[in-house]
Amino acid sequence: MTPLLQVRDISKFYGARLGCRDVGFDLYPGEVMGIVGESGSGKSTLLGCLAGQLAPDTGEVLFDTRGEGPRDTLTMSEPERRMLARTDWAFVHQHAREGLRMGVSAGGNVGERLMAVGARHYGDIRGQAIDWLDRVEISEDRVDDKPTAFSGGMQQRLQIARNLVTGPRLVFMDEPTGGLDVSVQARLLDLLRGLVREMGLSAIIVTHDLAVVRLLADRLMVMKDGHVVESGLTDQVLDDPQHGYTQLLVSSVLQV
Amino acid sequence: MIEIENVSKTFTLHNQGSAVIPVMEGATLSVQPGECVALIGASGAGKSTLMRMIYGNYLAASGRIMVGGIDVAQAKPRDILALRRQTLGYVSQFLRVVPRVPTLEVVAEPLLLVGENRDSALARAGDLLTRLNIPERLWGLSPTTFSGGEQQRVNIARGFAHTYPALLLDEPTASLDAQNRDTVLSLVEEAKDRGAAIVGIFHDEAARQRVCNREIDVTGFTPVAA
Repeated sequence: MTPLLQVRDISKFYGARLGCRDVGFDLYPGEVMGIVGESGSGKSTLLGCLAGQLAPDTGEVLFDTRGEGPRDTLTMSEPERRMLARTDWAFVHQHAREGLRMGVSAGGNVGERLMAVGARHYGDIRGQAIDWLDRVEISEDRVDDKPTAFSGGMQQRLQIARNLVTGPRLVFMDEPTGGLDVSVQARLLDLLRGLVREMGLSAIIVTHDLAVVRLLADRLMVMKDGHVVESGLTDQVLDDPQHGYTQLLVSSVLQV
Repeated sequence: MIEIENVSKTFTLHNQGSAVIPVMEGATLSVQPGECVALIGASGAGKSTLMRMIYGNYLAASGRIMVGGIDVAQAKPRDILALRRQTLGYVSQFLRVVPRVPTLEVVAEPLLLVGENRDSALARAGDLLTRLNIPERLWGLSPTTFSGGEQQRVNIARGFAHTYPALLLDEPTASLDAQNRDTVLSLVEEAKDRGAAIVGIFHDEAARQRVCNREIDVTGFTPVAA
């Protein structure tokens, strides 16, 4: 089977400062990979490079495109990359405001993505938007409200609906449960896991929450100071960590 | 089905003066289809450690752990995930689930993952829960709110939902009442009858007598102090 994403030797510097260095991995269809590490470890930089939002200094990111097989997304033209970002990729931001249009209604936020890939029939678009709002547990009577009238958890669920409505194959998530109540987090985790399973999505989830990766990710990469210090099966890395930093990370989690 | 050869394990505690603790050496054992082998030895002798290595949850320091033609000690994460989905089941002592997922779904999930259709997966899950005396009115609730004993039975139902060719059982009968204990042992016997290779830890000696063909004392795999 061809990996959906093949990442080779990604390095990114901010001037003389290191963002991330020599990162490589393969991600197969249906796999969920977690990236953990403390603030400043380079995990968000890496995610940005993979999702085409930052230009790495070296390396390649080969994505298995529908038409032409694996292609390096770093060297493809800007319009091609934008098209991929609209059709096959999704990016769920930590702060829902960054991923939503706050001045447009909830239905419009979801419908806009559909229009970007060519949907034109108003009734169909509205119907699909309502269907997706329902899947993320936002009731139909809120479809015309703006996201500014939503709670933080609802905004996050709306962002997820907006991202998944076009049936992407790869989802990038940056701290998707960050800053939410634990009860809201649980609901969101349940939702994300169900969607990943049902739609056969591949996902890369950046977080500092080990409980989140244990529940969502098949595989785990641990980053420190821009480097990957350890990677493997999620439960193996968490239960039998080999690197000193991972051991410290795991032993620092407060037990509830 | 399960062939373990010369497996060793050490823990290196980087944050405690880089202490290196050897915990196992020369572990060797083989389990045929239809056979149940009990791991015995005092608490701390390494029964669970060995079991976790077979599941790929702990990394072996050296040796070979062949399960269904794959060497777990060397395999890539993706191959171990496929092995766990199709071939190798594990009933641990603790249930770990996503909050809010209903019990019936939790039990049916392993079947859905191997592509079983939804109706028959849920029907099989319901049968198992019934046999393990989890009342139907609880099936729609998340097991996170259940008592310890109920959670354990949900965990067992989940572990036996898919007919894995190889099974690891960590204390499946601990703290169960006589009737549920009998049901669990029947499930083990049925799995043996259909040809599953089973490695189990049972502190309950009568249970061991009833379902296990052989015993392996893991004390024999304790590293000799240098």
